[in-house]
Parts: sequence; structure tokens; C-alpha cells
Amino acid sequence: MMEAQILQFLQSSLGSSWSVVAPVWPAIWALLKIVSVLLPVVAAVAYLPYFERKVIAYMHLRIGPNRVGPAGLLQPIADALKLVFKEVVTPSQASKALYFTGPILALAPALVAWAVVPFDDGMVIANIDAGVLFLLAVSSLGIYGVIISGWASNSKYAFLGAMRAGAQMISYEIAMGMALIAVLMVSNSLNLGDIVTAQDKGRFVGYGLDFLSWNWLPLLPMFLVYFIAGVAETNRAPFDVVEGESEIVAGHMVEYSGMAFALFFLAEYANMILISALTAIFFLGGWLSPVGFLPDSIGWLFLKIAVLLFMFLWFRASFPRYRYDQIMRLGWKFFIPICIAWILVVGVWMMSPLNIWH
Amino acid sequence: MEFKTFLFYMFAAIMLFGALRVITARNPVHAALYLVLAFFNAAGIWMLLQAEFLAILLVMVYVGAVMVLFLFVVMMLDIDLVRLRSGFWSYLPLGGMIGLLMVVEMSLVLGGKYFGAEALPGQTMPDGYSNTKELGRLLYTEYVYPFELASVILLVGVIAAVMLTLRQRKDTKYQKPSKQIATRREDSVRLVSMPAEKDEPATADHPAAGKGDQ
Repeated sequence: MMEAQILQFLQSSLGSSWSVVAPVWPAIWALLKIVSVLLPVVAAVAYLPYFERKVIAYMHLRIGPNRVGPAGLLQPIADALKLVFKEVVTPSQASKALYFTGPILALAPALVAWAVVPFDDGMVIANIDAGVLFLLAVSSLGIYGVIISGWASNSKYAFLGAMRAGAQMISYEIAMGMALIAVLMVSNSLNLGDIVTAQDKGRFVGYGLDFLSWNWLPLLPMFLVYFIAGVAETNRAPFDVVEGESEIVAGHMVEYSGMAFALFFLAEYANMILISALTAIFFLGGWLSPVGFLPDSIGWLFLKIAVLLFMFLWFRASFPRYRYDQIMRLGWKFFIPICIAWILVVGVWMMSPLNIWH
Repeated sequence: MEFKTFLFYMFAAIMLFGALRVITARNPVHAALYLVLAFFNAAGIWMLLQAEFLAILLVMVYVGAVMVLFLFVVMMLDIDLVRLRSGFWSYLPLGGMIGLLMVVEMSLVLGGKYFGAEALPGQTMPDGYSNTKELGRLLYTEYVYPFELASVILLVGVIAAVMLTLRQRKDTKYQKPSKQIATRREDSVRLVSMPAEKDEPATADHPAAGKGDQ
């Protein structure tokens, strides 16, 4: 609908020169949509570390960054400037081309995945039917950035870190994918927009208590598994053995400096935001309003993402780091069996007369 | 030229380049990564053929899982390039024959164009046709038994692979996390009631408490 308005405006204002623009208009429009999604994401990625430092500081009874700008608000810009002007050092005998491909491959999938994330009804870059599959495929690529950079650094620490990260990410990807199977079963679609609208019906919606009909309640185990596996997938505390300072320094990014290191940093935060957005869409009703008397809006989605991101920071301030074998045990021996059992339960539930998803 | 044609040639060119580098790259890790590139572009070509489900699955399974594990193994290997190349001439006849066979087979398939493949009905899909849905319908209705059978065979394969490589050492000491978690305070802490200690006046053979224990 917005495109039609803009088209009309352009046609009337450009007049005869519109015929020049017309053939490339779809490309321009797609580019505009991509920029309007990615710019806020990148801005959020820049400010998330600031909020992380502030939030954790207050949890520790400190103040956090407060020197650069009012309340330290310019801190991310100062950090970015510092990182941009730092020298990027290449280790001797590193595989140069791969060494610089690594950080790019780490960041790119986290941004590509936003193509299928719906912000409001119909407000999505690519409204494809295989959206969930696309997400799973793209997020499984993120691991290459880690493995390649670990290997190309020609360093034992980096390599060990990459191995750890690779094993951990593959293990938790399975749990995440399986948690999504139950969501797909109840929403009967692979399209993310349809998954959200499928949560907008049920008995509680009639009572005006919409938030009780979202997927998180009937699929509570899946919700927990998905979010915890998401924390592990992004290598965040308490699952941050990948860069456990006390064991293997900074893992796969130990040899990186300057902007190359910053890319890994950005990738981690971009992934956090992505996982939060996906959890909000799959389990917390996306842009749907929690109560009947308030309108659905994109603001609800942002609120849900913000709350989930706060959980990430809260986890980091609260929990000690998991031991590596316990991480593997949690992923394989708890999450995957829970997923399999709950998929079975949901299947039986859907076939029984108690089915709440019609 | 249609944009789709351009995309096809781009994917095809990159895929051929990647496939060529798989067999010519000196470093096995580079070769594996070029294979990933080839897979990726193959997925692109499948996407152009409107097989989006298979294309995404190719990326998910082969690029996202199989090649990662493959890279793990290749990266761990201690590769001696000289030793690797030593058997080149002795393997050449066998490899050449297999290569020739593949070329003949592929040319038969591609040559189908001249043997009547064009007489087949064209691909015209109705609006709203979903490849994924059709595939799912066939897999879970008409071919459900072969599908289940295949999955059971895969499961057997997984178990067999684990059993073949699992060597339990008797002398390793495992931690039992369930036991660790189940510990109670009483298991490790014992509260002993003791009378309060009083300072004694220091004597020659009994120095004051706290001084002599360094």
C-alpha cells in the first residue's frame, strides 16, 4: 500500500522522466526496504553493548560508561572510531584471504536473516512461504565465520576456540530446529507472518487476554528450549566457553584486531537481536497486542525484543560460565529429548478432541 | 536477456569455478571451502528451477551441517602434500576411467535435448502452487512407508557408526553430573560444636596461639 502511494507521488512529480526510472524501480524499492530495515538494526547493534555495560554496571552497583557525551551516550561512537583507526594485524603464515573472509562470514548471515522477519502485518522484505527454512539455512551459515577465522589465524588458541564454537553451535542448532517443529505444527505454516497471525486466535482472545493464546503457553517447554538454545547459539554467557578468557583467551577472534575484531563483536550482538526478534515472533505473538483493548502495533514487537534482550544481559550478570561438558550434556541429553517428547505430545494433542488450534 | 538467464549464467560460472578449484586447490581446507561455494551456487540454480524447498535444504544440510563436520576433520588432519601427490600416476588410469564414465553419462543426459526430451510437457505451474506443500503431501501420503523405512535405515546407520567407533576405556574417570548436582550440604559439611577458645598466658614451652604456625 505504501509502495502504491510512493509510486503515485513519484510519477506525478517526475513527469516525463519517470519512464527512465520505471524499469529499475523494483530494484530501487527493494534497496530502500533493505536499507530501512538494516539501518535500525545496525544502530541497535551499536547501542546494545552500551546498554549491556550500563545494565550490568547497575546490577553490580557501578555506574558504567558515563564519560563520553551525556550519560555516556556517545560511548559506542567513540569505540567504533577507536576500532576503525586501529591497525589490523595479520598473523604470520595466516591464510590471508580466509583470514579476512572470516569476520565477514560471521556478520553477513546475521543481517541476511532479517529479510524474512515480519515487523507488522505484511511489513516484511521478502514474504516467502519457506521463511522458517530460510532462517534455519541462513543461521547455519554463521558457523563458517567462526571456523574459518579460527583455522586461518594459524594459532592454537584460535583453532581450539573455533572447534569449541563449532561443536556448540551445531549441537544447539538441532535443539532450536526441533523446538521450531512444534511451532510449525500448531501454526500450520512456514511463513513467519502466518505464524504470528496463527497466534491471534483461540479461547483467550475472546476474553481479551490475547497473551495467553500465544505459543509460549501451550508450547512452554519449546519456548524455554528455543530461547536458552538461542543464548547458547550466540555464544553468550553463561554458554560463552568459546571465548572463556580464563581458558582459551578470546577463542577464534584472539588474533584479530581493529575493525576485523569489531565485525565479530557486531555479529554477536546482531545475532542476539535476531534471536530475540525470532523468539518474539515464534512464541510471543510478534506485533500482536497482549490485551484485547489495545491495538496491535509494531511497538509491541520492539517491546518484546527489548525485554528478551534484557534477559540476555541479565543472564550474563547472573550466571557463572558453564563447564564445556555440561553444555554438551544440556544440549544433547536434555533439550533434544524434551523437544522430541513435546513434539509427540503436541501431535497427540492436535489429534485429540482437546485440540485448541483450529 | 532476461534477468533469470543472467542469474543462471552467474550461478553456473561460479559453480564451475568452485568445482574446478575443489580438485585443483593445493590445500584441502581450501578445497572443502570451494566445495561449499559450489553447493551454494547449485542451490541458487535449483532455486531458479522453482525447487526452493530442495535448494534451501541443500544449504541447510550440506552447507550448514555436512561440510562443517567435514571441515572439522580436514582441519585436524596433518597433511603432507608431498605424500599426497606421490600416488598420482598410479591412480591416474582408474580415476581417468571413472571421469570418462561420468562425462559419457552426463552427455547422455544433456544430449537428451536432441533425443526428444523437448517433447515432454513443459513446466506450467498453477498460481499458488507450493513446491514444499506438494513434496510434503507426496512424502507423507503416497511414499510414507519408503520414507519411514529410509529414516529407520539412517537411524541404524547412526547407531552402527557410534557402536563401531565407541571404545570405552576402563581407566578413565568420568564425572557424574547427576551425582554432583544431588549432593547435599550434609554430605560435605559437618558442624561440630566446640567450646570457645580462650587465650592462655604464654609460657616458655607453649608460645602464644597464632604465632608459631608459620
